Amino acid sequence: MSEAGSAPTLDGRGQPLWLVAELTYRCPLRCSWCSNPLDLDAYDSELSTDEWKRVLAEARSLGALQLGFTGGEPCLRKDLEELVAEADRLGYYTNLITSGVALTEERLVRLKAAGLRQIQLSIQARDPALGDELVGARVGEHKIAIARAIKAAGYPMVLNVPVSRRNVDRIEPLLALAEELGVEFVELANLQYYGWALANRDELLPTRAQVEAAEAVVRAARARLGRHMTIYFVVPDYYEQRPKACMNGWGAVHLTVAPDGTALPCQAARVIRGLELPNVRRHPLEWIWRSSPAFQAFRGDLWMKEPCRSCDERDKDFGGCRCQAMLLTGDPTNADPVCAKSPHRHVIDDAIASAQRPRGRLLMRARAAGR
Amino acid sequence: MIRLDDVVRKSPAYLFRWEPSQDAHVLLYPEGIVKLNATAAEILSRCTGQRVADIVAQLAEEFAVEAVDAIRADVLQFLEDARERGWIRTDA
Ligand SMILES: C[S@@+](CC[C@H](N)C(=O)[O-])C[C@H]1O[C@@H](n2cnc3c(N)ncnc32)[C@H](O)[C@@H]1O
Ligand code: SF4
Ligand code: SF4
Repeated sequence: MSEAGSAPTLDGRGQPLWLVAELTYRCPLRCSWCSNPLDLDAYDSELSTDEWKRVLAEARSLGALQLGFTGGEPCLRKDLEELVAEADRLGYYTNLITSGVALTEERLVRLKAAGLRQIQLSIQARDPALGDELVGARVGEHKIAIARAIKAAGYPMVLNVPVSRRNVDRIEPLLALAEELGVEFVELANLQYYGWALANRDELLPTRAQVEAAEAVVRAARARLGRHMTIYFVVPDYYEQRPKACMNGWGAVHLTVAPDGTALPCQAARVIRGLELPNVRRHPLEWIWRSSPAFQAFRGDLWMKEPCRSCDERDKDFGGCRCQAMLLTGDPTNADPVCAKSPHRHVIDDAIASAQRPRGRLLMRARAAGR
Repeated sequence: MIRLDDVVRKSPAYLFRWEPSQDAHVLLYPEGIVKLNATAAEILSRCTGQRVADIVAQLAEEFAVEAVDAIRADVLQFLEDARERGWIRTDA
């Protein structure tokens, strides 16, 4: 998830500072690593404009400051301008997280007028042909053109690069492009293995040597560019000894609302069996955030088992990612298996070993039916 | 190092404003939120294309501080840090 690279320097004091609005799961691209759920068509009843406005207002009154419009492809919603305008009026810092496919120069101007603060554009390769291959559509040229248009329209911009075995060796030309465009932030996001990415893990996980080579490229670029461009490098957690401090803790600062109104503590949380996910169509957001069983489930540390329960690092990483523990160990109360102290660490090592022998079978993301 | 005759302004990628729910000034930027303490907010609010020396003078006057040397050192230190983090820019 794009949000993984971010480091809020502000303690939420129990407020949902970050609201992620997944406007739709519809998308014309077919990225084999897409973090959207595999059963896309189960969420085709999208919230209306008015329902979204109510969600925005309720989250803002709970203290939300940052708002990311994402998806699927958020630009497929015709009411995007209207929602941006409402969010800006409410006092959000509005971010648009997009593949750029449905963007035009005119629309960039309209969104700017509506109050959009910044755009995060995902791009896979400097070479349009490789980009096309990776996303399963002919959009490589358009993405580069739209990156230029975003800067020309005067937006601060994050260039998001989802990094896998298939483009990890081609980071340098992308950094050169970012420099040429005057992009402020580049996020080299090694994939997180949920959703489609998990299904394709053997084909996507880079080798350790590839990751180290990419890190060297990033170090050199940082030294060259200094403070003109900030480069975030999200390392693949599989190669770490400790898990990421996922979402800064469950139900601590992040609140995601899915296209059908399902409220989630993180975008992958549906994978946790037995979690009764609340919906904004049926409950006020305040109850959802403060009291719903799903948001309470892994708050604090009372839910922890050993080795986390008695670990002196539990305030630092909160035991890692609940969804990863669920997906890879079958129990969301286990330590994230990435942790070297986890009795399940072998599932990660096995996955790394298995990815050294990819079979060349890639499952491209399906197209969502939409509303 | 930042110098007294440098002209400083906030980077366009950062939005600086008062946030009632935090009871503080905040800096908002792509992927981040920074809650500022009162001193930082006083200095940043003056990074509007002014010279550093003028900001120091204004702060000394506003807070009726005799020890201008101490203020100057604090402001320079903060601005250096802020520039390093990308919050402000100095005009060439
Ligand atoms: C799901 S996409 C939705 C927005 C838009 N369709 C796009 O791709 O830019 C949100 C962000 O997550 C990133 N992303 C998608 N799948 C990911 C994964 N498995 N791991 C890390 N980032 C991922 C994308 O590159 C994009 O920046
Ligand atoms: S398929 Fe690609 S472009 Fe579409 S939502 Fe998923 S990550 Fe974004
Ligand atoms: S044992 Fe649990 S709390 Fe300790 S470092 Fe590992 S995941 Fe974190």
